[in-house]
Amino acid sequence: MSALLEVESVSKAFGGVQANKDISLMVPEGSIVGLIGPNGSGKTTLFSSIVGQYPIDNGSIRFEGEEISRLRVPQIARLGLLRTFQQTRIYGQMTCMQNMIISASVRKRGFGEMFHGQHDPAVSKHAEDMLEFVGLYEKRLLRAGSLSFGQQKLLEFAMALMNEPRLLMLDEPTAGINPTLINGLIDRLKRANAQFGITLFVIEHNMRVIMNLAEHIYCLAHGELLAAGTPDQIRNDPNVLDAYLGAH
Amino acid sequence: MLLFQAPVISADLIINGLLIGAIFALAAYGMALVWGVMNIINIAQGEFVMLGGYVAMILFWNGIHPLFSVAVAPFVLFFVGWALYKLVVFRVVDRDLFVSLLATFGLSILMQQLMNTVFTGNIQTAQSGLGTIQLGSISILSIKVVAFFFTIILGGCLVVFMRKSRLGQAIRATSQNARAARVLGVDTDKVYAVTFGLNAAICGAAGAMVAMAYSIHPYIGLPYTIRAFMIVVVAGLGNIAGVVLAGLGLGAAENVASFVLGTEFQLAFTFCLLVVVLVWRNTRLAAKRQYLK
Amino acid sequence: MNVPVRKLVGYAALLAFGVAAPYLFPAYHSQLAELWLFVVFALTWDLVGGQMGYNSFGNVLFIGVGTYACAVVQVGLFYNVANYTSSDGGDLTIYVFDATQFLTGLAVGLPVAAVVAGLVAIVFGSAVLGMRGHYFAICTLGLGVAAGQIAAGWDWIGAGGGMSSPNTPASLGDVTVLLYYLAFGLAVLTFIMIRALLSTRFGLALNAIRDDEDKAEAMGLPTIYIKVTAWAMAAVMLGISGGILGNLKRFIDPIDVAFAGETYGVWMVLMAILGGKGTLWGPVIGATVFQVLKEVFWTYLLGWQRVALGLMIVVIVVFFPQGILGWAREKFPEWFGHRIDRSRTGETAREPAE
Repeated sequence: MSALLEVESVSKAFGGVQANKDISLMVPEGSIVGLIGPNGSGKTTLFSSIVGQYPIDNGSIRFEGEEISRLRVPQIARLGLLRTFQQTRIYGQMTCMQNMIISASVRKRGFGEMFHGQHDPAVSKHAEDMLEFVGLYEKRLLRAGSLSFGQQKLLEFAMALMNEPRLLMLDEPTAGINPTLINGLIDRLKRANAQFGITLFVIEHNMRVIMNLAEHIYCLAHGELLAAGTPDQIRNDPNVLDAYLGAH
Repeated sequence: MLLFQAPVISADLIINGLLIGAIFALAAYGMALVWGVMNIINIAQGEFVMLGGYVAMILFWNGIHPLFSVAVAPFVLFFVGWALYKLVVFRVVDRDLFVSLLATFGLSILMQQLMNTVFTGNIQTAQSGLGTIQLGSISILSIKVVAFFFTIILGGCLVVFMRKSRLGQAIRATSQNARAARVLGVDTDKVYAVTFGLNAAICGAAGAMVAMAYSIHPYIGLPYTIRAFMIVVVAGLGNIAGVVLAGLGLGAAENVASFVLGTEFQLAFTFCLLVVVLVWRNTRLAAKRQYLK
Repeated sequence: MNVPVRKLVGYAALLAFGVAAPYLFPAYHSQLAELWLFVVFALTWDLVGGQMGYNSFGNVLFIGVGTYACAVVQVGLFYNVANYTSSDGGDLTIYVFDATQFLTGLAVGLPVAAVVAGLVAIVFGSAVLGMRGHYFAICTLGLGVAAGQIAAGWDWIGAGGGMSSPNTPASLGDVTVLLYYLAFGLAVLTFIMIRALLSTRFGLALNAIRDDEDKAEAMGLPTIYIKVTAWAMAAVMLGISGGILGNLKRFIDPIDVAFAGETYGVWMVLMAILGGKGTLWGPVIGATVFQVLKEVFWTYLLGWQRVALGLMIVVIVVFFPQGILGWAREKFPEWFGHRIDRSRTGETAREPAE
């Protein structure tokens, strides 16, 4: 399996705080990779750096073999590298369907395509299918801002799927979700990977979820890469246990 | 260019520029205060300056020496600011910043037009009759120098007030974290009212000096607002030294530009400078994938 | 476009009214023309403000550019502009325009105004639209006022003394009626353009930028192109309206007519908010109500009309920010095609309302 995403010796500091230090990791194409670590270990910062929200201080980030660390957020997104946000971001004043339609992939289209109607049947069908996939079909005409927190998270996930990414980076996809619904979400993530061929890179705090979901896991602590391996290896790694239970 | 062939003229320009620049810095300090404490950008800032100027004019017209207005104007304007807060501003404090921009813009237009209707659009000066000072071959109006020193003293008093007095500390606490301040028993609404009134008073003092040392009319407001805003953007909220330096620098720059470009382009220079400053600032932030917040 | 019959009838009625208005209200030709210009001001402001979230205080930049561009072309096609402005165009014996010249001037001037205004938007847009929120608002305010000040110092176009619009030839009769129909036509065109735009993905993109610009970027939308395009579209319509305005007012003052930041510039924001920000009909309704109120103030509150307007701005912004349509939507949700969602009481599904 070739590497879809390669992060090499990436460092990022904010003022005096070293958020990421010399981090190297790799996400193989078609896989599901996890990123864990206690609060403040630099996981979200790393995600943000990868998608171009922050310029990195050192290192290299390659997507599909091409260097992306100098590119801007929209450019990287158009290459097929998307992320969802920890605080769940959707377009609150638009309906779910509209959220979906505007999330349709722009990679295959030119700027002029934006002036086509909103009700393209192929796009609408795709949107409805994705909403159905996450279980939001009945809510499709509601204003997105009126959905519950969990429903908004699902909508954000559906919007990401709509965009047909190659690699989808999810920042704590199960945070704040009712525990009874988490299995359903894990199932959908696996199906997105298996059926739609989307590579997943997931930040998670819920150990049960990530052990169940990921094939390979990286653990960060204090901004550095602490451990890497299969779920079993990570589960038994004393350094990881220390990092979570030990002193900060 | 003319500037370097006639060094006397340029020193004169710069000194006069610094003198007015101190007044700009004062208005900027007030704007930063309100912005930092209440998260409101007061577009009517210049109108408070203008009103202060008219207080000086009213004293002058009634035979009272306008220097007294330096004490009277802040007093009057404090109540104007406090009243405007209680009537209008408190309703927009918690809302979108654009709403507060529009509301204060509306207030600014209201006050301009009110003054224009009552006092006409004539340009006025409150003559203080203090003559001129000679610095070598440069001749400076004494009132400008008096105004400059008074501004420094007022600025100093304000800084001390904010650091040492209980009210000043309450204001600073609220600006850092309003919710925490409330929890600790600070009446934030009262703090906001006092802050807004204090800002108006500061501008009132500035305006009184402008009326004496320069001139006023109902429409001087917007340029003062823009100057204050520019200074705050360049210096940053909370950077007093920066505000002073930026204010002085702006005064000098404007004066020089007015000489070089012609007085008919003075305001054009000020507003173009605003655009340039904002675009430059934003572009530099954009290189770091950020934008002005 | 699929439009239900009752809507078509409604549109037809409005069009008929618009066409007939000069004959119904013969004493108010210029106010009616100004009304349609206000509709254009409000609609274009709302496109960038209410729909896209970029609240501009400086759209007068485009109006002023259009006013002067059109006037310069109207004069420049036949006479030397510098001479014209230095003599203030007052010498009727020299600066005569016959019907053909006048109409040609307009026919060339208005498109030129459109193009120049559009170019200005593109040139400044890339830099200025990179700023958000209040910085954008104040920066555009600065742009508008700066342009007015520069125009007031530029001798070629008359500097502070302004510039007269070309004298209308007697053979054309009351040119105000012609200008009225031009303004009306422009308003209709602007409405159609915006209505069409809002039904495309571009319209959705505008709303996405308004709702969460960072998210829009993170989803790959080319936000800077979208923003500049929207502003340029507004600018083109505003440029043409500026050309019409200059002829309507007969005399182009750089600060009170062309780059009128503290009148037209603020009024257009108010009109959109008064009618209902972010809707299609809101700006139209707001412009109409505003123009009527303004004329009432001017007639009955002479001397204090501007103070009253200033007060009105404050009152609307503070107490009535949802505007007429926003208020109506809350009171009568069924009118807007809302559907009640059975599973969650209190929340309604809705078709996108106009």
